[in-house]
Order: sequence, then structure tokens, then C-alpha cells
Amino acid sequence: MTDALIVNQLTKSFADVKAVAEISFCVPKGTCFGLLGPNGAGKTTTLEILEGILEADSGSVEFPLLKSKQSLQSHIGIQFQETALQDHLKVNEALIMFADLYGTRANIDNLIELCSLRSYLDRDTKKLSGGQRQRLLLALALLHNPEIIFLDEPTTGLDPQSRRNFWELVQSIKSHGKTLILTTHYMDEAHQLCDEIAVIDNGKIIAQGVPSKLIEQNFDGSLIRLPITALNNDQELPFEKVVYHQEHFEIVTKNIDADLKKLLSSNVSLDGLHIHTPNLEDLFIKLTGHELRA
Amino acid sequence: MFVIKRFIAIFIARNREFFRDRAALTWNLAFPVLLIVGFSIVFSGDSRNQLKVGLLNESSVPQSLSSIKYTEFLFYQDQNDAQNKVAQHQLDLLLDWKNKIYWINDTSPNGFLAENVIQNHTPKLKKESISGEPIRYIDWVIPGILGMNIMFSCLFGVGYVIVRYRKSGVLKRLNATPITAFEFIAAQIVSRLIIVTSISVVIFLSTWWTIGFMVKGSLLLLLLILVLGTLCLIALGLMIASRSQSEELTGGLLNFASWPMMFLSGVWFSLEGSPEIIQFIAQWLPLTHFVNATRAIMTEGASFMSVLDNILALILMTSIFFILSAFSFNWGKSR
Repeated sequence: MTDALIVNQLTKSFADVKAVAEISFCVPKGTCFGLLGPNGAGKTTTLEILEGILEADSGSVEFPLLKSKQSLQSHIGIQFQETALQDHLKVNEALIMFADLYGTRANIDNLIELCSLRSYLDRDTKKLSGGQRQRLLLALALLHNPEIIFLDEPTTGLDPQSRRNFWELVQSIKSHGKTLILTTHYMDEAHQLCDEIAVIDNGKIIAQGVPSKLIEQNFDGSLIRLPITALNNDQELPFEKVVYHQEHFEIVTKNIDADLKKLLSSNVSLDGLHIHTPNLEDLFIKLTGHELRA
Repeated sequence: MFVIKRFIAIFIARNREFFRDRAALTWNLAFPVLLIVGFSIVFSGDSRNQLKVGLLNESSVPQSLSSIKYTEFLFYQDQNDAQNKVAQHQLDLLLDWKNKIYWINDTSPNGFLAENVIQNHTPKLKKESISGEPIRYIDWVIPGILGMNIMFSCLFGVGYVIVRYRKSGVLKRLNATPITAFEFIAAQIVSRLIIVTSISVVIFLSTWWTIGFMVKGSLLLLLLILVLGTLCLIALGLMIASRSQSEELTGGLLNFASWPMMFLSGVWFSLEGSPEIIQFIAQWLPLTHFVNATRAIMTEGASFMSVLDNILALILMTSIFFILSAFSFNWGKSR
């Protein structure tokens, strides 16, 4: 598959702090690539270098699909983490203004439908809800039909329903063959949207790959957790490794059905049973040793 | 390449922002009108409490006059200029001490008082009469009030807006589009120029017709000075706001620029007789040239050539401010 973006050995420091340290990755056309990490990990700095807003101290960024006479601004679309529009501007006026800045009004109607903006076109942009506002900002980033779209923490601060609506919108854009680069500190968001992720911590990529494969590589299976009261006195369990805690015990399993049957046949009550399948959040904690939003 | 469509897009957005902010728009119109009406009521007469005597071709007050109280002596080298001021009641009496001649305007009450005071000290002076229409303080101060209003509107209206755009991320978002700094700055300048010029014209005409102050010169020339002065002050505001991300710092810098102009540009009082250093500093302030030119046109009927120095000074300053702001303009890239 053709690469839409090639990043090679990017480094950026602010005073004594190394915000980005030798980051490299490639993003194939038509895929969604996620940069994951806690606040201050270096995601936004990396993104701003890719967008041409910041200059890297060293390393290179290539856009192989960028045509020879095309400017970077017309090749990419950006939705910033924190952005504002001029005051007293209505939604339709903002769309027209940005369309004129990009030189084409051809996509306005399509984007009004795609981003569900029709019912509040005459509303002041300052009076939009969080979800409506993010959909408008995404529409503004798509007005010039860019090849690559950068989304910097697009659902931060949104309620769960607005987040899910936004995910559907992003999936729809992806289905049109667009390449998406997304930063987020929501692991569920990355899992839903990204074909490939890079986990960043302290400016470095500490893991990179397809989310499900990364989890497979780093965890032996799911976790079965039961209260300690489910066991009879000094009862031996038919598993190689059982980890006992004060209130509960845990068994790592690759076959949940078979191991649950084993527990039942050993007369262990399944009351209070909890089964946990490892996710990206577990992966992050395992890799970095700290909570995601630390 | 300058793309007119991008320029117009930003120009329209800026105008909408200004005209839809009803409170700010009302205040922009009401404040100067209130100020002018207030001044016309308070200073309907000549409220000076000191006599003003001009001394022709002198550099110090002659010994025999130095004991005169409550009289301000001003020194003139240009006889026509000084006589013009007597005609307009700006000077109560002009004295040529070496030739023992003095000039007064017989219609000036203060001229009568000054004549009596001077004759008490030196009775052998020859009297010459000058006639002319008096300039009231309101006639004199109108150009200053208009200039002050334009100054605040340009400096804060451009400076604060740019910093607010930068701080909130508007500039960063615009920088992600193909718009150039030149197109963006040009849109801000033209928008503010049209807003300030229109408001100033409305205020000028409405107060001229209702209060009736002196306008001897050409209205077109006044409009030219208005446009040049506004451009110069917008450029100064842009230069001050070209880099800063802090509204507090920019507010301080804008005050640092505006307050000296309030006091040294002849807005409220004449700088005649003030120390040379003050007059020198005043020549470097754009508002001085705007106020001097406007006042000369309105009260003396000055021609284009008479205010050419002020016009050139405004053009020169505008160019310097624009070049500096274009070179130092920052879209808000730094984190």
C-alpha cells in the first residue's frame, strides 16, 4: 500500500526538555494512525511538526502523495486540540469564510450533511455544544478535500454520546479513502478508530503496531478474577499459576470456556466472577508503569 | 501572490465581529459625542485664568515685564503666525519690545485686560489693532478629541484583537489555511480603517451640525488627514501586537504608546512655551501630526502645502510601523 506519510527520526526540544525523541513511523494511504499517550507525552508537538506548524530540530517528514505544485496547507486538513473562530460568526458564515480561504465552496453542502450541521447553520459558533463545535471544526478541516487529516484529541471534553457520534463521522471519512492521523489519550477511541497505533511516552515511541496484535504480544490471555471466599479451605486449583490477593485470586487464561468448566468441576463458586480482557489501557500501564492520564 | 478572495473573507469576518458587537459599537459612537458635548458645555466661554502675551523676536522676558503676575509669556519669531494667533484670540496681546509696538484684537476681553496690564508697566508703547474671529476652546479642542478617539480605537481595536486571536488560537487556525500574513494584515487594516473613518465622519458631521465648531479649511483635506492618521495609528497598533501572546503585556504597551500622545500631542492643551525636549518628543508621535494638521485646517484654513510636513511625517511613520510589524508578525506558532 502507498504511504501517505513517512516520518523519520524526528527530534524536538524546548529548552532542556526533549519533547520528541527520534520518532519514526509510516502511515499507509486510507488508514487511521493513532498517536497515543498521556498529557505532555509529546503527541501534539509531533503532530504540529507534521503539520508544518513547528520545525523539528532534526529528522524528516515526507508526504509522498503531495503533488509538485501543491502547498502543504491544501494537501492536509487540521483539527487543532484548542482552536477558536472569530467572534459573532455563524456556522454557515464560518464555512463560507474558510471555503474562500481554501479557494473552493464546492464541498460545503456535502459537509453540512456529512457533519450534520444543517439544523444550526444560523447559530453563532460560540453557542454550539461541544459535539456540534467539534463537528463544525472537522467540516472546516475537510472543506478543501485534503488527502490527510490531522485530528488532535478531537473528543476531549465531549460526553459519551457525542464521542460516539464523532467516531461514526471519522469512520465515514475514513471510508472515503482519506488518511487520518489522530492523537488521543482515550484508549477506547484508538481501539475503535485506528488501524495502527504508536504509544508515546516522554517523547519516545514505546510500542507501535496494530492494536489487537500489540495486546496479543504483551498479554498471555484474559484474566479470570474470583473472590477468595469462592474457595474451600486450602483448596488446590488445577491451574499452573494462580495469583492470590487478600480479597481475591486471579488466573490468566487463553481459553475462558475451558477454564471456567475446570473451576466448576473443582466445586469453585462463580459468584462474583469477573473476566477482564486486556485492552490498550492495560498495555499502556504495562509498558510505562503508570496510569494513562498521569 | 495576493488573493483578493482570501482578503475579502477575513475582511468580512472582522467587520461582522465589530458591527455585531452592539455594546462596543454603541460605545464607540457615544463616547466621543458625549465628550464633545460635555466640552462644549463646560468650555463654552474662554476659561483660561492666565493672560497670554506673545513676545516677538525675544528669547527671554524683558526685565521691566518680569514682575507681571498671572501672565504667561510666549516667544515668537514669526510675526504673521503670532498676529494670526492674536486675531483668533489664542494670544491676548503680541508685543514687539524692541520697537515698542503691541497688537491686540479689540474684540477680545482678555486683550483689553492684557493691554491695561502691559501699559501699567510700560506706558510708551504704540498700539496696533488686529481683527479676527475668535477661536473658542471647543473649536481648538475638537481635533484633539477626534484624534484621541481615533488613537484609542486604532491601537486597542487592532492591538487587542490581534493578541486575542493569537491567544485563543484563531491565528493558528488561519495559519493552517493558505492565507498569507500580508493578506491577513491587509484585511485587518482595511476593516479598521473603514470602521474608524466612518465613525469619525459620523461624529464629526453630527457634532459640527449640532454644536457648530469652526471649520475654515477643506473637508477633503481633513478626510485625507483622517485616513493617513488612522492608517498610521493602526500600523502602530499592529506593530505593538505583532508578537505578543499576553493581553496584559500588550495592554501595558498600548498604554505606554497612548498616554504620552494624550499629553504631548496637543490634544488638551497647546505645547507652545513647553521645554524644547517635550516639543522634540512630540514630533515623533503620530497623533501630534494628526492633531496639528487637523487643527490648522479647521481653525486656520490651512492648505495642503501648509500641512505637507505633517502628511509626510505620517506617511513615513506608517511605513516604518508596517515594515516592522510585517517582519515581526507571529501567527502564534510558539508553544
